[in-house]
Amino acid sequence: MARAVSTRKKLMWTGLAWFFGLLIFFPILWTFLTSFKSEGVAIADPPVWFAFDWTLENYRAVQERSNYPLALTNSIVIALGSTFLGILIAVPAAWAMAFVPGKRTKDVLLWMLSTKMLPAVGVLYPLVLLAKWLGIMDSRILLVVVLMLINLPIIVWMLYTYFKEIPGEILEAARMDGANLKNEIIYVLTPMAIPGIASTILLNIILAWNEAFWTILLTTVSAAPLTKFIASYSSPEGLFYAKLSAASMMAIAPILILGWFSQKQLVRGLTFGAVK
Amino acid sequence: MNIKSTLTSSVALLGLSAGAAFAEAHATTLTIATVNNGDMIRMQGLTDDFSEQHPDIQLEWVTLEENVLRQNVTTDISTGGGQYDVITIGTYEVPIWAQNEWLVSLSDGMSEDWNESDLLPAIADGLSLDGELYAAPFYGESSMVMYRTDLMEEAGLEMPDAPTWEFIREAAAAMTDRENDINGICLRGKAGWGENAAFLTAMANSFGARWFDEDWNAQFDTDAWSDTLTFYLDMMEESGPASAANNGFNENLTLFQQGKCGMWIDATVAASFVTNPDDSDVADQVGFALAPDNGLGKRGNWLWAWSLAIPSSSNDVDAAKTFISWATGQGYTELVAENEGWANVPPGTRTSLYENEEYLSAAPFAQMTLDSINSADPNDPAVDPVPYTGVQFVAIPEFQGIGTQVGQEFSAALAGQQTAEEALANAQRLTTDEMEAAGY
Repeated sequence: MARAVSTRKKLMWTGLAWFFGLLIFFPILWTFLTSFKSEGVAIADPPVWFAFDWTLENYRAVQERSNYPLALTNSIVIALGSTFLGILIAVPAAWAMAFVPGKRTKDVLLWMLSTKMLPAVGVLYPLVLLAKWLGIMDSRILLVVVLMLINLPIIVWMLYTYFKEIPGEILEAARMDGANLKNEIIYVLTPMAIPGIASTILLNIILAWNEAFWTILLTTVSAAPLTKFIASYSSPEGLFYAKLSAASMMAIAPILILGWFSQKQLVRGLTFGAVK
Repeated sequence: MNIKSTLTSSVALLGLSAGAAFAEAHATTLTIATVNNGDMIRMQGLTDDFSEQHPDIQLEWVTLEENVLRQNVTTDISTGGGQYDVITIGTYEVPIWAQNEWLVSLSDGMSEDWNESDLLPAIADGLSLDGELYAAPFYGESSMVMYRTDLMEEAGLEMPDAPTWEFIREAAAAMTDRENDINGICLRGKAGWGENAAFLTAMANSFGARWFDEDWNAQFDTDAWSDTLTFYLDMMEESGPASAANNGFNENLTLFQQGKCGMWIDATVAASFVTNPDDSDVADQVGFALAPDNGLGKRGNWLWAWSLAIPSSSNDVDAAKTFISWATGQGYTELVAENEGWANVPPGTRTSLYENEEYLSAAPFAQMTLDSINSADPNDPAVDPVPYTGVQFVAIPEFQGIGTQVGQEFSAALAGQQTAEEALANAQRLTTDEMEAAGY
């Protein structure tokens, strides 16, 4: 009897999980389907699901009009660059906050997070003027630095939470065995925090990949990433939903594939903490 | 291959690449910021013609959504960024930006065959400041009534060339068949200075209303505004689509193309979309008429021109003028006609186009577009005198913010969240506050 209940429960939960999974996945599926429709079919009412003339015309049009390889390269460089630069700065910072907290560590952490509450547009002009003065407008290096700074509070916070879960005694033991600070971080702390660091990296790559305020405003052509590529297909006067969908699919495909392959690490890192 | 021939070919290759590098070093690169509209995209596809004529000028395109483009270009110009050499802006920005000395005058330095006197006067006026032209129109548009000829016939009515608002309301009610998902009229309801605020401002002009009196006092507490908004809300309730408060240009275009609207009053540029059989289910059942009036001497139509301008921060003004001369000249019109047919020529900018028999026979909406454009006067938009220019907008920098907030009040009234009186009272209060804060 108990077994039957548990199977029914299991079935129910599985069904529910599938329902929510599909619900969340639906927009991507719809975008995927729309990208193969003609503009006329894309707005058909009632909507056409699968029975239409599948066409690659939209992908051809997008390829013809935009420099996709350049936008993709820029997105990869900016997302990876800003994340790894961020990690490089955040690991020592989070270590210090987690293992040698001072009187004001909590305040510093909160203050860091509060910078996320600043409306981005408030620092737009100073930043543009600075970039212009340095001669780095529309360059990848500018976006790497800006996105790193924007995401740094999140990276530090995430790493801090993971590091906090590592018992200080383990590090103490390492120190007693003669490990210096560098060795302690590289050989003891980092390996134990790898799931945490990995999920921090993944999450930040996604955040940097999707960032659409600075990446659009600080670039024109040479450093323009995929966000600007998609923005060029949005139109207030004219229906280009199929082309917009094709551009969106091309822009999200790399991150979708990355997410697919690393979903285990991502879920583990986000749900189980560092050393469980 | 022997050593000698290898050497020869290497030297030749080196020479070639050096030559290419030299040409590259001497080529001017123009960065052009543009919007994602059909005509603009077509221009990108035809730039080979320009490159052949001007091999020393290379073109780089940045296509963006209208609001993003505005934000990008404003930031660039106001900081002297110099990232763009040619920008696509509308009738709203040109007088304001020219006043700020952000734009280069186009009254001289254009190519010899670029004929300024051929531009439609109403359009050229909207792009000028103190008699100097600051942007070259790429395509112009007004608004007009697009209606289903079959539904009109079924309703036993005949659309006059110049209908009144009262007739539009009657016809809308007669065409409405909600059981079959047919709405008599589709109008903009989505909040935004370029969405419902644009439509209602143009409509208000024909009802004798205006945004400000000559001393810049907000006028939403007048009977004329009350009549405008009440008429609009009542008509939409009787004959409009469900959730109309979410509908902007694209949503109404979709509804009309699906055959769910009896009438649609919107941009003349939509005419080529709704008559295109590839996208529209009702392509061969569409008629056109002038925007309605109330017998007060003004029609409810607007005036807009997507135009090319040169920011004063550009480093290549001469090359930019060469490009604009090409893109907005008569030669370009012929180039489009040759490659894509006369119906796809960018409309509404030049008198000569409307004297061209081939164009007139290919575009059934041509005459109506011209009449609509000519009947809008950006310098005298309302029945009563006003201190501003602009038909469906007020050409002051504050209008983007105020227009959107007022649009939100109107949209909330359409959604049934407040009455017309409340919406107008709120609009009056917020406009007065904003204008006072801005120092008017």
